[in-house]
Amino acid sequence: MTPIEAPLVRVLADDGSYAPSADAERYLPLIDALTDAELEQFYRDMVVIRAIDTQATNLQRQGQLALWPPSRGQEAAQVGSARAARAHDTLFPSYREHVVTRIRGVDPLDIIRVMRGTSHGGWNPADARNGNTRIYTLVLGSQTLHAAGYAMGLSFDGRTGTGDVERDEAVVVYYGDGASSQGDVHEAMVFAASYDAPVLFFLQNNHWAISVPVETQSKVPLVGRGAGYGIPSVRVDGNDVLASYAVSRTLLDEARSGLGPRAIEAVTYRMGAHTTSDDPTKYRGSDEEQRWAQRDPIARMRAFLEGRGASASVFDDVDAEAADAAEDLRARAVTLTSPERSLIFDHVYSDPHPLMAEQKKWLNDYEASFEGSAS
Amino acid sequence: MTIDTMPMSKALNAGLRKAMEDDPRVLLMGEDIGRLGGVFRITEHLQRDFGDRRVLDTPLAESGIVGTAIGLAMAGFRPVIEIQFDGFVFPAFDQITTQLAKLTNRHEGALSMPVVIRIPYGGHIGAVEHHQESPEAYFTHTPGLRVVSPSTPNDAYWMIQEAIRSNDPVIFLEPKSRYWQKGEVDLEASALPLHASRIVRRGSDVSLVGHGAMVTTLLQAAALAEAEGTSCEVVDVRSLSPVDYGPILDSVRSTGRMVYAQEAPGHTSVGSEIAATVMERAFYALEAPVLRVSGFDTPFPPAKLEGTYLPDADRILEAVDRSLAY
Ligand SMILES: Cc1ncc(C[n+]2csc(CCOP(=O)(O)OP(=O)(O)O)c2C)c(N)n1
Repeated sequence: MTPIEAPLVRVLADDGSYAPSADAERYLPLIDALTDAELEQFYRDMVVIRAIDTQATNLQRQGQLALWPPSRGQEAAQVGSARAARAHDTLFPSYREHVVTRIRGVDPLDIIRVMRGTSHGGWNPADARNGNTRIYTLVLGSQTLHAAGYAMGLSFDGRTGTGDVERDEAVVVYYGDGASSQGDVHEAMVFAASYDAPVLFFLQNNHWAISVPVETQSKVPLVGRGAGYGIPSVRVDGNDVLASYAVSRTLLDEARSGLGPRAIEAVTYRMGAHTTSDDPTKYRGSDEEQRWAQRDPIARMRAFLEGRGASASVFDDVDAEAADAAEDLRARAVTLTSPERSLIFDHVYSDPHPLMAEQKKWLNDYEASFEGSAS
Repeated sequence: MTIDTMPMSKALNAGLRKAMEDDPRVLLMGEDIGRLGGVFRITEHLQRDFGDRRVLDTPLAESGIVGTAIGLAMAGFRPVIEIQFDGFVFPAFDQITTQLAKLTNRHEGALSMPVVIRIPYGGHIGAVEHHQESPEAYFTHTPGLRVVSPSTPNDAYWMIQEAIRSNDPVIFLEPKSRYWQKGEVDLEASALPLHASRIVRRGSDVSLVGHGAMVTTLLQAAALAEAEGTSCEVVDVRSLSPVDYGPILDSVRSTGRMVYAQEAPGHTSVGSEIAATVMERAFYALEAPVLRVSGFDTPFPPAKLEGTYLPDADRILEAVDRSLAY
């Protein structure tokens, strides 16, 4: 069985009709319980982030950003899992989880700050407005260990596993199919399993690690990895927001109830380039891209909503919101200016450090020596 | 005043115990540190007395230990890690240098990383490969880390507590050959601050400067030199990043000569950095170039050759003679 053929949880068929796979059965009550407003919100999340994502790509093309990693195609996996997390859960993204961060309250401009080169972090996770969302990590797999350790801390502090899902905390960590080969991911699974840490490993298998296909990372479906660590794992159709939501919600609640870590392989596809520096025509065919375009998560959800009788005004309203969000992002992005030069020295250490003070003073004196001299 | 005489291993154990009593958020992590008390017994009885959620026998995975300690620090703990031996820190090097050292900076100050990484380091114990190395320069080269090394039981007792109190990551290098060397520990009057260097022996002709286990060797060399009529001052650097240059420069300004000794290879080493800085700041006080005595720029040799590889009092005295010959 090739990785793509292994069974997975799917609720919506490619054309958006309601057609649960055999593995979806146990999750359907969660989906039945969703209100029209919640279903529309899923759709809204996906459409708005795609507009923001397209805008950011354009900004990069126009020289306003150093880089942009597009999330086009992966919206359903991300929205489903992020909407499944509870407000008190902590999320550890990698670097492509733009809609996850937005759902938690992070201003997309804060991601732009990183990609434009005015910040190394972007936002403060301790600020309640950012919804317990840690900053992006560029070193592949690193954050899975941080998430496992954080989840260990929750369990040492009794902040999980009391049986009250409204209070018990859990962690979601995002990583990719390429990252899954990193030793840190392996070690994170060992630690999480050994300490029954309440963490959901959320792997987005978008089929490509830059130019390297997923088959080079694993000969078997990546969902199979969890079993070796004793981590119950589920494979979902990552282009089906309902499947992503229901499975994530179920596994997260299991993890928070003290049952230990859980893992998801969300099978999805990166529709565009890896980043704005990448040219996917060098390594993959347009037939593959077209095949996946038929599974576009947004089109699929729209067809589902239409089938349920959603009115045209809903879609018009979402489109207008998306256009506004993208325009707003552009307007603010281009005004971001360079930080003060003192930023270089300011936060290298938490406690005072003589070398920082000395070098900062040297730079200030050096810069001051040019002031007043005719240029 | 309560003064106890104990070896450095016991002083570290007492310091860790005190830090754990003082702050319930301090927890220890590492391989074999719980039931066994660590291969050097530095954490002996701590799991028995504090429980297995404060002293964790972790899975055997160095990157995992440091990476999860980062997550625990994010959750408000103050993890103290033991890396079993110097040569085994490298699987964790990525988490230390790309994550631990940089997270405060990347959070623009909104996050502190109070993690201590204890590493038994250096030679003189006749061990096999990967068990006798001096990796300090890898860490002193990394902004965001603090790097310290005690040379006496008293320093060990106090410095480990201060390292744990620090809000920054601290690489805490324990000269393993000195674990069993006894000394007086003043359990009440705290010693020098974590990042202070110290003149440990007065002298007027040459300043001998070094860190960790080498301080003992420098003192031996100074005693031998004295018998030959040369008066050496000895300075213990204690903190390798940041370096406290005050006592070092004071010493060099009074003697006009300096020899730096270390076990680590000399190329791009702590001794290189200190020598360069002393030449920049005390050029006119110098009567001779600053000289370095170090391990060779080779892998640490098989143990039967370590006596040849490691600087001893004779190699230091040879450098003293060269310095005096200018
Ligand atoms: C440790 C490390 N090695 C290499 C890179 C360079 N790199 C950035 S993204 C990437 C591919 C990642 O693929 P995957 O994990 O599948 O995630 P995706 O980008 O597809 O979301 C590579 C090789 C890196 N960031 N970190």
